[in-house]
Amino acid sequence: MYTTKVLQRRYIGLLLPVLLIIIWEIASYIINNPFFLPRFDAVLAVLADPFRDRLGSGSLISNAIRSIQRVGLGFICAAVIAIPLGIMMGWSDRLYRFFDSTIQLLRPIPPLAWLPLALAWFKIGLTSVVFIISIGAFFPILLNTIDGIKNVRKTWLEVASTLGASERQLLLKVIIPGAAPLIWTGLRIGFGIAWMVLVAAEILPGTTSGLGYLIMYAYNFGQIELIVAGMMVIGIIGIAFDFLFQSVEKKKFAWRRLER
Amino acid sequence: MRLEIRNLSKIFVSEKGEQIEALSNINLTIDEQEFICIVGPSGCGKTTFLRIIGGLDVATSGTIQLNGQVITGPTPQMAMIFQEYSLFPWRTVIDNVAFGLELRGLPKEERYQIAKKYLDLVGLTGFAENFSYELSGGMRQRVAVARALAIEPKVILMDEPFGALDAQTRNRMQNELLQIWEKAKKTIIFVTHSVDEAVFLGDRVIALTKRPAKIKEIVPVIHCRPRDRTCSEFVSIRKHVLELIAEESSGT
Repeated sequence: MYTTKVLQRRYIGLLLPVLLIIIWEIASYIINNPFFLPRFDAVLAVLADPFRDRLGSGSLISNAIRSIQRVGLGFICAAVIAIPLGIMMGWSDRLYRFFDSTIQLLRPIPPLAWLPLALAWFKIGLTSVVFIISIGAFFPILLNTIDGIKNVRKTWLEVASTLGASERQLLLKVIIPGAAPLIWTGLRIGFGIAWMVLVAAEILPGTTSGLGYLIMYAYNFGQIELIVAGMMVIGIIGIAFDFLFQSVEKKKFAWRRLER
Repeated sequence: MRLEIRNLSKIFVSEKGEQIEALSNINLTIDEQEFICIVGPSGCGKTTFLRIIGGLDVATSGTIQLNGQVITGPTPQMAMIFQEYSLFPWRTVIDNVAFGLELRGLPKEERYQIAKKYLDLVGLTGFAENFSYELSGGMRQRVAVARALAIEPKVILMDEPFGALDAQTRNRMQNELLQIWEKAKKTIIFVTHSVDEAVFLGDRVIALTKRPAKIKEIVPVIHCRPRDRTCSEFVSIRKHVLELIAEESSGT
């Protein structure tokens, strides 16, 4: 009795995906048109051979590496600007007011809307892709950093100053560690958005590699199984990074959950 | 060591722009190693008074001098212990206790050695590597006491430090605080809303009036230590202080 309950709880989340795959396999068998719905095992076959060159555009792996490099670069650029700016804005009301209006104006513009301008400025190539990824990652990192700094408990600051902390020490030993969990959350959300923006950017004109490019290119050749396999790789990489961010969060910032 | 408070007044400006007088012309001299308890009706400005002494708030007028030196901001000569849990939750217990020493640039080994000494003093020898969320409320406050003691301040300011604890833990903490006070030989200024606690702990109990707070009466507790809550002298002092506060609270 007890064990079946545990099993039910543990595996209930797997039920629907398995069901969907079965329905997919049956549907593809009935439809019998690989240009509309490829068979599941055809997609698996593509996934099982990730090093094979596809359509002269490189393998799943090499394109995935390309995409990860781009997203990494754009993400790091965003973090390098957004974290210090967020710390300053969270710390000083005057700086907050100075920057906030501009940020509110720019924030609603979808990152991809910057692509034409990026192409005009930086031409086709790495710079323009990295630029729009940075824009995608920038705002969640910034806003969470500001939030994190503003929510540092006042008592911590007062304790530190009665113990003799200088302004610099307050910043380095209290404010930043106190805000770190939320900054980290910002990085996690920022990375997720960067990844989505990247794939979309690769589909649009301006790139000749990457997973987004590969699936769009596969469309031109009617290789639906490659499209679906590419989508799965995109999803798996997204989950993997999110998992990475979360496990660091659980390990390093457990105090935020457990406090009180 | 002498802490002299002269003509201290504080006027707040509320959000509506009204002026609110919180403290009015307070004069008090506190001697070395004295245990001072401050009581008063709720909202009278006890905490404000303590925060001004500690340099966390600024007085509108008047001065505070520690050994003739005017206090203008937070100083490591006076450490503050707050009611709410003030430990840094990302640091282990020992790194919390050593925090003030770390600020002074002491090497790790040296500051751990000192921190361990104070952890022993507050009875938390085995908890150096724990995090604050693994400790009970009473233990957390003991860490806060150790952290304050570690920088060797002359004065310890305590703002209802046991207010959030259950009655049993609170009584135990009071006894422990007295033991620590006797060993560490510090001046303690202790704000509380519990008259019982004030009379149990203090050499003198300062009863404040309702806002704007003035000193209503300074009640010396000559009753020797360790104190017995049931003896007639304790009971009569406690009754007297309760009456002082009741007078203020009823507004007559």
